[in-house]
Amino acid sequence: MNGRKHAYYLASSHDNVATALVALCSGEQLVFDTIGSLAVRNDIPFGFKFALGEISKGDPIMKYGEPIGVASCAIKAGELVHVHNVESQRGRGDIAR
Amino acid sequence: MKQPMVEGTFEGFLRADGAIGVRNHLVILPVSVCADPLAARLASAYDGTAVALSNHHGCCQIGADYSRTFRVLAGLATHPNTGAVLVIALGCEGVPAEQIVSMVEKSGRPVALVHIQKSGGSRNALEDGLEKLADLDRRMNGAVVRRTAGLADLVIGLECGGSDATSGIAANPVIGWVTDKLVEGGATVVLSETTEIIGAEHILAKRAADPSERKKLIDAVLAVENRAIAAGVDIRGSQPTPGNIAGGLTTIEEKSLGCIYKAGSAPLVEVIGYGTRPTRRGLVFMDTPGQDVESMTGMAAGGAHVMIFSTGRGSPVGFPIVPVVKITGNADTFARMAHDIDVDASRVIEGLELVGEAGEKLMNALVRTCAGELTRSEETGYTAMSILKDEITL
Repeated sequence: MNGRKHAYYLASSHDNVATALVALCSGEQLVFDTIGSLAVRNDIPFGFKFALGEISKGDPIMKYGEPIGVASCAIKAGELVHVHNVESQRGRGDIAR
Repeated sequence: MKQPMVEGTFEGFLRADGAIGVRNHLVILPVSVCADPLAARLASAYDGTAVALSNHHGCCQIGADYSRTFRVLAGLATHPNTGAVLVIALGCEGVPAEQIVSMVEKSGRPVALVHIQKSGGSRNALEDGLEKLADLDRRMNGAVVRRTAGLADLVIGLECGGSDATSGIAANPVIGWVTDKLVEGGATVVLSETTEIIGAEHILAKRAADPSERKKLIDAVLAVENRAIAAGVDIRGSQPTPGNIAGGLTTIEEKSLGCIYKAGSAPLVEVIGYGTRPTRRGLVFMDTPGQDVESMTGMAAGGAHVMIFSTGRGSPVGFPIVPVVKITGNADTFARMAHDIDVDASRVIEGLELVGEAGEKLMNALVRTCAGELTRSEETGYTAMSILKDEITL
């Protein structure tokens, strides 16, 4: 694997997800300054996010250095992060306050 | 007609009230939904160029809706890009057409009124309207005054529509670079779409030095969010939209954090209501829905001369009397929809272009647009208008 560096977008050192800038295949390795080498665990479509490390259920998902939601279940490093495992904390008319 | 540019200057149309337009439109303005079909028919039947506005309201409205519809119609009737107006009334509707006519007269623009009922119905009104359009056209073109203008004479509206993950990474930061240059140059830049700052409002609020403006921003966001929550559902699917989600955006927070890049780093000087004019120079926020057509209508009514609109998934929609410059950071979208999009910022994604380099391209496109070069949506004529409605229709 060639460990491409410009295959992803990482806005802030506080982020726990990166955004794929090319479609990535499951198993593909990427190189990060902070965490070294990481293999994605799913196919990651262009523009979609993957976890940089383990994220526990209820932990904030951080992008642009800010929370963009919380994990709705445990997420493994390299796993696809999207609507199936992230809940928003805003505009939630579906939950009782 | 294109004019040579010198450092961000262009030849604008000078209005009697001192405003400078970047276009000189002959506008057909239906004051109610019942007058709307005639406006569209006149625009297509007229042997010249006239632009019909759309209006699906203007009757049986109450309270804030009544005043908002009037405010938007009045704002567009006296817009800097409006050269002359043919007002169309059915004759029995809620909006007082004569007041619109009188406002246009006072602004020094040629104006005429078609009253469908008094004309004797839709066919007579069509003939009457075509004659009046020809007369307005002659009067408008006989009184053109040009004046050299610059960035400081402009109000620029910002919009994002059909966002995807590239919006917050490329197109919006590129717009933000231009926003900073525009504000430095003395222009007024309008950020809008209140839904699309949910999750990022704390960042923008910090940039408002005036505590009362800060409070207005937070209150506007909470008002939208609480209304949405009262609907009893998770807003995901409405906002972000299915297209946003298919494009990689997971939550409204993520979308909003990407959206506010359009605002660059300038201080936020004012928070204004839908369809109202900014009173301060610099970066302002207008309270509008995230829905693009309603949002653009509000900014146009507030006097935006031109708009910059980022799109990831590909939105072709412009606005009838305000040129809209489209930019995308998605290479695939630009390739597929090149006839709808003006500026390609996708090389920023590929690491082949810096934000500032793409920003210069966008700034040049903006100045050329002000100088008369048509945007894609002006060429295609793919424009839409919709006045926000909030209350009951009676």
